[in-house]
Amino acid sequence: MAYRYDFDVITQWIQAGERVLDLGCGDGSLLRHLMAQRQIQGYGVENDPDNLLACLEHGINVIQVDLEKGLAGFEDGFFDHVVMSLSLQAIHNTQGILAEMLRVGHEAVVSFPNFGYWRHRQSILNGRMPVSESLPHQWFNTPNVRFFTIADFEALCEFNGIAVRERLAFDDGKRIDEEPNFLASVAVYRLGRQL
Amino acid sequence: MIQPQSVGIVAPLTAHFSEALKLRSGGVLPEYDLVYETYGELNAARSNAVLVCHALSGSHHVAGCYADDPANVGWWDNLVGPGKPLDTERFFVIGVNNLGGCHGTTGPRSINPASGRCWGADFPFVTVEDWVEAQARLADRLGIERFAAVLGGSLGGMQAISWSLQYPERVANVLAVASAPKLTAQNIAFNEVARQAILSDPDFHGGHFYEHGVVPARGLKLARMIGHITYLSDDSLGEKFGRSLRHGKAVYSYDVEFEIESYLRYQGDKFAGHFDANTYLLTTKALDYFDPSFEHGGNLAAALARSSADFLVVSFSTDWRFAPERSREIVYALVHNRRNVCYAEIESAAGHDSFLLDDAHYHAVLRNYLARIKV
Repeated sequence: MAYRYDFDVITQWIQAGERVLDLGCGDGSLLRHLMAQRQIQGYGVENDPDNLLACLEHGINVIQVDLEKGLAGFEDGFFDHVVMSLSLQAIHNTQGILAEMLRVGHEAVVSFPNFGYWRHRQSILNGRMPVSESLPHQWFNTPNVRFFTIADFEALCEFNGIAVRERLAFDDGKRIDEEPNFLASVAVYRLGRQL
Repeated sequence: MIQPQSVGIVAPLTAHFSEALKLRSGGVLPEYDLVYETYGELNAARSNAVLVCHALSGSHHVAGCYADDPANVGWWDNLVGPGKPLDTERFFVIGVNNLGGCHGTTGPRSINPASGRCWGADFPFVTVEDWVEAQARLADRLGIERFAAVLGGSLGGMQAISWSLQYPERVANVLAVASAPKLTAQNIAFNEVARQAILSDPDFHGGHFYEHGVVPARGLKLARMIGHITYLSDDSLGEKFGRSLRHGKAVYSYDVEFEIESYLRYQGDKFAGHFDANTYLLTTKALDYFDPSFEHGGNLAAALARSSADFLVVSFSTDWRFAPERSREIVYALVHNRRNVCYAEIESAAGHDSFLLDDAHYHAVLRNYLARIKV
């Protein structure tokens, strides 16, 4: 997978030497990036056989887990950060996995494509499901199963007692500070347990 | 015929050890032989050695075949050879027959020097830890200070785990496939049924059947039949045999009617024809006893704290004898200790025996992990 700009945001939230769990770690590129930049001790979770092989090839500590079944086995508070980069929309059990991330980690870092992005809205207005850089699949072959906006996500956090510690939104790699639910294609969150 | 990528013709070697080995059971083996095979070349730095540990019915004959018996191909030949996942062009691979075995290593069929007769039932109980101890002495003999990897499936995986606890500085990588940190009650129960089949065979003679010129073949056959069922999955038996009837319809007899009966009897007879009943008893007990967490109040993470090796743990989806849950226990205990660990759960219909098959993804997992090992 190519270098992704959400990696930079995630990296700036990670301190040197942290323990990091990456859910849906793909070929392990984020973990490798964090190992190089932050000397983290990283574990990746994957359930796709080909991604698993890629992680093994790159020497990543990869553990095969079906995220729909949660993170049972990982201890409470074991990780400094639990990351899920552009995968939340592909998981059925949204609330369950968010709760699990904040159980095993002190903080969670989540990034996802914003379905409320103006180009996506425009596409729907024109009568077609959106296909874009952040939503590259067609409706009939997308791995995504949950379709939500920045506003939807923040309402869910509020509802589930999840503290939003920081949010950065982007369009094509550019920071979006105004009207992110309309103007940003991707959002990255730093989440914690509400005190 | 020798297949391409085969290690080719091999010959077993014997190492004699005259220094007594104290066993966990309190028993002592005053002297013993270990039979082993090697494939590939030990490099100048002696850093490329991989030990392959065998399971219940395995042996030192891991790969290749014998000049006088070309049909006798090693039990993990699909994995070990030039260009294969455990590549003998990179690694120096060793297979050892464990103590108490029946393939040439000192075991119940050997002569007890104290009595001048076969050890039989007097052969002392041996444990996984004892096997590791004996293997370590062989490693000393071969000039191997540190293994690049110790690898095994099932009971072999237990030995690999135990290596990393008994000699943490001597193992760089552990590959534990279709294994478990200890057997469950159900698993011990299956072993006990198998043992009772042997022990209650009138030809067993308290384990001294050699002197009576008989073998407890019926007991051994039953033991293998029950074991075999547990090594396969419901699906794989269903797919292979279903309810196929030899005569196409019920004939109301206790002879073979269903094809599965024929298969089990064949497997049982084949096994009883060459395997030693006392070895079977000893080996199932070694399986039952293995539990490194026992000294730590059942805390596996505390037990594995001693290990410093990197781990690859592999399980198979339909393996109910050494279920994926058992492998996950190992994985999470290692994560707790902040060890490097990779875990793959392979989709396979073939149950516990999957670890012996050459499923492409499974072998790719082993290949990719082994390729990363620096020698």
